[in-house]
Amino acid sequence: MEITPKRIDAYRWEIPVTGKMRVPGIVYADDSILEGKEQNEPLQQVANVAALPGIVKASLAMPDIHWGYGFPIGGVAAFDWEEGVISPGGVGYDINCGVRLATTTLLKGDIATRLEDLVNALYRHIPSGVGSTGSIHLSVNEEKKVLRQGSRWAVFQGYGEAADVAHTEEKGCMENADPDMVSQRAMERGRKQLGTLGSGNHFLEVGFVDTVYDETVARAFGLFEGQVTLILHSGSRGLGYQICDDFLVRMTKSSKKYAFDLPDRQLVCAPLRSEEGTAYFNAMACAANYAWANRQILLHRSREVFYRVLGVSPRDLAMHLVYDVSHNIAKKETHVVDGKSRVVCVHRKGATRSFPPGHPELSPAYRAVGQPILIPGDMGRASFVLVGTQAAMEETFGSTCHGAGRVLSRKAAMKKSKGRSIQRELEDQGILVRWTGRGTLAEEMPEAYKDVSKVVEVVHGAGISRKVARLKPLAVVKG
Amino acid sequence: MRNPAATKLGYRLLDHTADMGIVFFGPTVKALYEAAAKALADLLVEGPAPEKAQRLSLDIEGEDRADLMVNWLREILYLWAAKSLWLLAANVEHITLKRLSATVRVAPYDPTHQRIKTDIKAVTYHRIQVRRTKAGWEATVIFDV
Repeated sequence: MEITPKRIDAYRWEIPVTGKMRVPGIVYADDSILEGKEQNEPLQQVANVAALPGIVKASLAMPDIHWGYGFPIGGVAAFDWEEGVISPGGVGYDINCGVRLATTTLLKGDIATRLEDLVNALYRHIPSGVGSTGSIHLSVNEEKKVLRQGSRWAVFQGYGEAADVAHTEEKGCMENADPDMVSQRAMERGRKQLGTLGSGNHFLEVGFVDTVYDETVARAFGLFEGQVTLILHSGSRGLGYQICDDFLVRMTKSSKKYAFDLPDRQLVCAPLRSEEGTAYFNAMACAANYAWANRQILLHRSREVFYRVLGVSPRDLAMHLVYDVSHNIAKKETHVVDGKSRVVCVHRKGATRSFPPGHPELSPAYRAVGQPILIPGDMGRASFVLVGTQAAMEETFGSTCHGAGRVLSRKAAMKKSKGRSIQRELEDQGILVRWTGRGTLAEEMPEAYKDVSKVVEVVHGAGISRKVARLKPLAVVKG
Repeated sequence: MRNPAATKLGYRLLDHTADMGIVFFGPTVKALYEAAAKALADLLVEGPAPEKAQRLSLDIEGEDRADLMVNWLREILYLWAAKSLWLLAANVEHITLKRLSATVRVAPYDPTHQRIKTDIKAVTYHRIQVRRTKAGWEATVIFDV
């Protein structure tokens, strides 16, 4: 079916209620983002989500919208906690895939002559690539502790500092995590992969602050122009995939019981108050905690490399975690809907929290300015730091975009890269790159992605987050 | 039209923005499920077949033929992702609408002799189809990569 969204203003489009939709769809985009017939499928997915039981206000999509399994990537949907559903397809396979940003006291010029050594050492020291396993081997009991405690477990083991936990969304731990809801298979897949980057679009990037848009907020985040930064993008590895798969199977079996009329099997769901719904929410929290512990260990390993290669002390480098955000997750949150405070389950799939100044869940360091939001771009262009706003709380359940989004299929990217050296092209721009997978570099080349700055202009223009700084890459490690 | 090479291999690739779509073929429903398992293994790894192999018996259930296909391929992918076992051969011994039993021959992945081709992360329900055709049976599956 052809979906024709109606323009509301320069950055907002509405998909009016038709057919089985219970609420309208609202898409944040400019003209160029919605161009092309390939956008019809993700718009149809926005409409499909709008038909799920208990959805509140609207089925939302951020400007990095693209096709996903069941829910679109860039999708945000909130369901009433008493009458609504929870769906693994609204979270995605890589549960708590997310990004963290750390700053240093160094300036770009300070590392220019050591950059190659630095990227080589990061590549050697941090396991990456398909099926990579780390140096941490967990017993079953220890793995359960990781699933319950998240970042706290990692810091307790010596992988980082207490301040890192304070600067992580949810303090790096969803308290409802229940390892008894996690299958043996998922436990098995998680046991050897802690402290690994993974493959595909996961990466580690040494970069620098290229432009500051908001001095006051940048100062509160500890950012200044020319400063060397580190970005990590990874998730819950095989454990998260297995949990998603396990619950797709379980909810496929149970869906007949609830008689949901679903247009797509990837939208299988269960009432939040049901046994299956609770089990998924608590198992998902385990994967979320695993991902936070994973990114915490990756940060610790990166710090070790910086100290060794650059010959600086931890005190002199002062590699502070600015923030860690999740962009594939479901959360129990309270939001005002039609003037009433309601407890809802907010699904963010390829979308980031955007909490405003004063929000009680923010770390005290950011309560006056709002939540830091990290938007990674592709490896050749830029990444952005944004800040959360009150408009996001009012319009999007405190949510904004998460990244660039693919425009080329992997096959098309491979074809386009034929006869070219992507490594050389990036080096000509001053960006060093190291990678593991055979096709990774071609599949992940900058042209395979939308220009992230266009995505960011939409969320900034719409007011659901505000630009703080732009970062540019110097060296990238891909899985 | 299918090209002869694709038919011989039992599958062909579809282009898809984020992921990898595959169409499998088989003269019988049993052959279709066997071709699907072998195709998945071919997409994951390349290299000479190891001499040391073991046999495993698998019993898979599904809500219908499509769900059975997804669950069957999930099992092959689980053996790979969790246990680093590469499928060399699959023999579907018994199959109904909702159930199959099979014996598979698998071997541990050895990075000195084999190479990982594609990082397939999940088997999805997106556009899943298992259907009878004039030539036999055909299935479409999208893998998350």
